[in-house]
Amino acid sequence: MAATTDLTKLVQPDRVHRSAYTDPAIFELEMERIFHKVWTYVGHESQVKNTGDYWTVLIGRQPMIMVRHGDGSVRVLHNRCPHRGAMLCGNRLGSAPDGFTCSYHSWQFHTDGSLKAIPLERGYKGTRFETGAADAAMRNMKPAARVANYRGFVFASLAADGPSLEEWLGPAKIAFDDICDRAPKGEVEVVPNCFRVVQQSNWKIFLENQLDALHPAVTHESTGKAAYEVELEFEERHEKAPLSYHFLSAFSTTPIPKWDDFQTLNYSNGHSILTGYMGLRPSDPDTLAYEETLRQAYGEKRMEEILAVNIHHVLCYPGLSVQPPLQQLRAVRPLTVDKTLTEIWHFRLKGAPEAIYRRALGYYNLVNSPSTLVNADDLWNFWKCHQGLASDGGDWVSFHRNAGQDHVQGNLTTSVIGTSEAPMRNQFSAWGAYMGGT
Amino acid sequence: MGSVADPAVTPELRREVELLLYRQADCLDNRQWQGFIDLFTPDGIYWMPASPEQTSGDGVPSIFYEDRNLMTVRMKRLNHPHAWSQKTEWGTSHIVGNIVIDSHDPARGDVTVRSRFHIMEFRTDASRHFAGSYVHHLTSTADGYRIKLQRVDMVNGQGPYDYVLQAWV
Repeated sequence: MAATTDLTKLVQPDRVHRSAYTDPAIFELEMERIFHKVWTYVGHESQVKNTGDYWTVLIGRQPMIMVRHGDGSVRVLHNRCPHRGAMLCGNRLGSAPDGFTCSYHSWQFHTDGSLKAIPLERGYKGTRFETGAADAAMRNMKPAARVANYRGFVFASLAADGPSLEEWLGPAKIAFDDICDRAPKGEVEVVPNCFRVVQQSNWKIFLENQLDALHPAVTHESTGKAAYEVELEFEERHEKAPLSYHFLSAFSTTPIPKWDDFQTLNYSNGHSILTGYMGLRPSDPDTLAYEETLRQAYGEKRMEEILAVNIHHVLCYPGLSVQPPLQQLRAVRPLTVDKTLTEIWHFRLKGAPEAIYRRALGYYNLVNSPSTLVNADDLWNFWKCHQGLASDGGDWVSFHRNAGQDHVQGNLTTSVIGTSEAPMRNQFSAWGAYMGGT
Repeated sequence: MGSVADPAVTPELRREVELLLYRQADCLDNRQWQGFIDLFTPDGIYWMPASPEQTSGDGVPSIFYEDRNLMTVRMKRLNHPHAWSQKTEWGTSHIVGNIVIDSHDPARGDVTVRSRFHIMEFRTDASRHFAGSYVHHLTSTADGYRIKLQRVDMVNGQGPYDYVLQAWV
């Protein structure tokens, strides 16, 4: 249906047609009109410390390489040999300080993708691939049209034209400011481990869940209750459970009405923020020691400003979910209409005490690792959603909750209550604009 | 492997260790979560590294790095009536083999055991396979051998996970 349907008709202010999630033709159009145009997070610069260090990454349908070039810049290149089309890097990561060499016919490239050497080059004499000839530039690896680095977080766009990264992020760039500012040295370093989890569902279902403040108390009740009970066992032994238990028990100790006290802030391009609820500024000795490092680095006033930023999630639509105070992010790589890869990373705050890293690590292991005590029930919901949407049991997905009641001020829509479905409506507003080509 | 001929590794010890490993697999396949936890010493750790190069789970990312407290959280979640994703048909079958006693210190009562496992999991009308190696660091207690540290390396542990792992492997 996609080719002939006005896609904007699938999106109404308070509901979305199910085919937006299940039609493979619409998925292909999303690749073309959204993922091949927007800024995609490709990685953190600290993943590629030395010349030639690389990680491979998917942008939409395109296998790409993020690599450190000899001049210190981070380049993003199509993972394709210009000769016969083979991928140059078959591994997920590696080091190619001397550049890339194709395993098929030994074409060689510098780390900026420019041609280094072609074996038996005389064979190209008189052809369009001869040095100086018409197509000679096509002997280079094709770079991403645009690459931008915001405080160490590297993004690429396959479209030559469009807003700059900072323009496109708008207020959502607070995701990176918040996480970096929390480091006494003002920057973060990636922990070089990527957990990869495949969801059997359309990519949009995951994004809608990220700022859905109604689901945690329902979906994660079992884990919240289990963690709370074990916290009590600690107390009975006159011990204190690690803060990571609180990350889990908050699902159960935060009653549903309380979730309405939080807020979502919804911006242009589908980006949005969920304000914090976990109380991540306890007054234990670890936190106090950390605050002292911040105080020394920034002074009292700036430290208070930094720690007053109260964010749980920042969603950079359509491909990135960042949790700055927890020092982690999930990148979304849609594979097919009903299959979505998430790549999950966490970071160290440079200059912060080890205990603060371990706090983030606790969340990474318990919530975001493949043995997650939390996402197991989310992924189950996502799969069930996708199955239901693929059925003929109904045509529309409801986003009616508090529709028309949110506070709109220019490009900012503030949810009237935390469980308003404002973030989903905001995402589909952006989706419609991308897909309608406006 | 030289320890295979170690005179301290008696057939009785070998049998006792094998039975412990079989019992652990049995606990998992029969959802005897508390029985599984009770095979660990009070400070015992169940560890699945994030990568094979890791030598300790302390302070580094892990797929599992659980003491008995965290194991108890996992058990309580699995037993909760609203562990939604666990309410579908679900089962596992563990096969443990190639059991080799790597070291045995009779004075301390410590035994290190290597083995291989293969697991088939059935869930929502689909099967998954996991395979790899266990290393059990055991110590002798009044109740028999108990696990101080179990290291689990899956050969497919670093690939993308189709869905997640909800119980210990």
